[in-house]
Amino acid sequence: MSATPLNSGQAILVAKHLVKTYSQRSGKFGFGTTLVKALDDVSITLREGSTLAVVGESGSGKSTLARCLLQLQPLDSGEVLFSGQDLAKLAGADLRSVRKNLQMVFQDPFASLNPRMHVGEIVGEGLLIHGLGSSADQQKDVITMLKRVGLTEADMQKYPHEFSGGQRQRIGIARALVLKPKVVVCDEPVSALDVSIQAQILLLLKELQAEMALSYVFISHDLRVVRHIADDIVVMNQGKVVEQGSVVDIYEQPKHEYTRNLLSAIPGKKLVYA
Amino acid sequence: MTPKTPLLQLEHLSIASKKMPSKLLVNDVSFTIEAGKTTCVVGESGSGKSLTALSVMGLLSKQLQLSAGKVLFNDGEAGVKDLTLIDAESLRKIRGAKIAMIFQEPMTSLNPVLTVGYQIGESLTTHLGLKGDGLKNRVASLLEMVGIPTSRANSYPDELSGGQRQRVMIAMSIACEPSLLIADEPTTALDVTVQAQILSLLDELKTRMNMGMLFITHDFGVVSDIADNVVVMFRGEIVESGTKTQVLNNPQHPYTKALLACVPDADGKNPLKPIDYAWLPENQIEQVAL
Repeated sequence: MSATPLNSGQAILVAKHLVKTYSQRSGKFGFGTTLVKALDDVSITLREGSTLAVVGESGSGKSTLARCLLQLQPLDSGEVLFSGQDLAKLAGADLRSVRKNLQMVFQDPFASLNPRMHVGEIVGEGLLIHGLGSSADQQKDVITMLKRVGLTEADMQKYPHEFSGGQRQRIGIARALVLKPKVVVCDEPVSALDVSIQAQILLLLKELQAEMALSYVFISHDLRVVRHIADDIVVMNQGKVVEQGSVVDIYEQPKHEYTRNLLSAIPGKKLVYA
Repeated sequence: MTPKTPLLQLEHLSIASKKMPSKLLVNDVSFTIEAGKTTCVVGESGSGKSLTALSVMGLLSKQLQLSAGKVLFNDGEAGVKDLTLIDAESLRKIRGAKIAMIFQEPMTSLNPVLTVGYQIGESLTTHLGLKGDGLKNRVASLLEMVGIPTSRANSYPDELSGGQRQRVMIAMSIACEPSLLIADEPTTALDVTVQAQILSLLDELKTRMNMGMLFITHDFGVVSDIADNVVVMFRGEIVESGTKTQVLNNPQHPYTKALLACVPDADGKNPLKPIDYAWLPENQIEQVAL
């Protein structure tokens, strides 16, 4: 946590005026369509080495933002600048080579790991695709990364179903970080986990951030969690940014009604911490 | 109802898998629930908290068995019954009418091809024999009670948001005015804001209908918002129980302390702490690492 204002520190990922519209079936039997603005003129700045949290309820557009930042979904308009390059204009091999620097950790550790691949293959796949190093090097990188996230070399031969939720999320983190990315988008990385496991995963993410000089975009609906990991916060509602600022500003002087509602919904505010 | 007899009394309940009867998944669990009070059972995945709840409903999977213990339910004028001993027919009369349950995932527990109005009315027809306009009016008043526009009775589950679906589940469960409501992590799949609404709705209904509530959760934040009494489970056993104030403000067992300490605090005053198992005997720490 730091009290640095939003604009200090060098920007590593800048999104400008992002717009994304979905058409949704509606009416009887789904014959009609309505347009839903998932992102409505959204601009954010991620500072190098910092964590930018995007908070909001389901339907606020925060996961769409995550996917659009990485060009996993095409934008209607707007630009995403990564070290000065507009990702929205890249395609094919150019985009792939940039993507090595932009990785994602997904929400559901049960759905985001291929059940037919063993852990070694899952974590090593990115290295293989990007052709990084000889196969012996790749093997070594995978083992180092697995050990770093708290797993063992023997776990390489196991399948995802043999692990608990927290361990699977560690595998997901290893898969993202083995490529030594610069930016990692974490889409609700702990919301499917028991509260008791959440702190371990958050601490691991923080340690890795310091070691590998990572910048995080951290998507979450849980303001308890965000307080501990974010430097800056963007609050989204219905596709729009309603408020942004440093973590201290947002928690201590929330300006927007919607932010105040989110803050007042945190469970256990009366809990006395031992 | 004799005033001194609690609504539900679990006595030395043990559950094991039929294949390995010696390994107890729930071991000697005893606690009580009073009418109009909420007892929270807190624990991590695998602590046996959901198994305990399912055994009250007689819904344990066929691979599991109750190895020992009693589930004593105070059925008002009909007297106290041990739910582990009564026949399937009597159990069916209690289930849904006197004891109802809300599940974690509202989408998988609602039938996607039936309207929510039909699903809410089903237990009213089964248990109370309501039909026609009487049924319609009762369903409408239940929807109103949980804060859903009555016109939504003809909607299908996929037309509702997650919070609305959970409200429908609540309407279904309270339809026959049960004296005991079992809620198995009813807000885990929901947004924090919706969670706050559902928790206050449950609390309000509990008071208005004088229901006893067995509330299962892994989140001590939620416990502090809704519980009267707290039972902490670890690996199938109760490690600590007491009133909310006792357990939250003066935890005795190291596991309770560790679970409390790893809840992220919203003021950011205390640093994040991973769960601490250092109190376990050396040879057992390995099993829970990570």
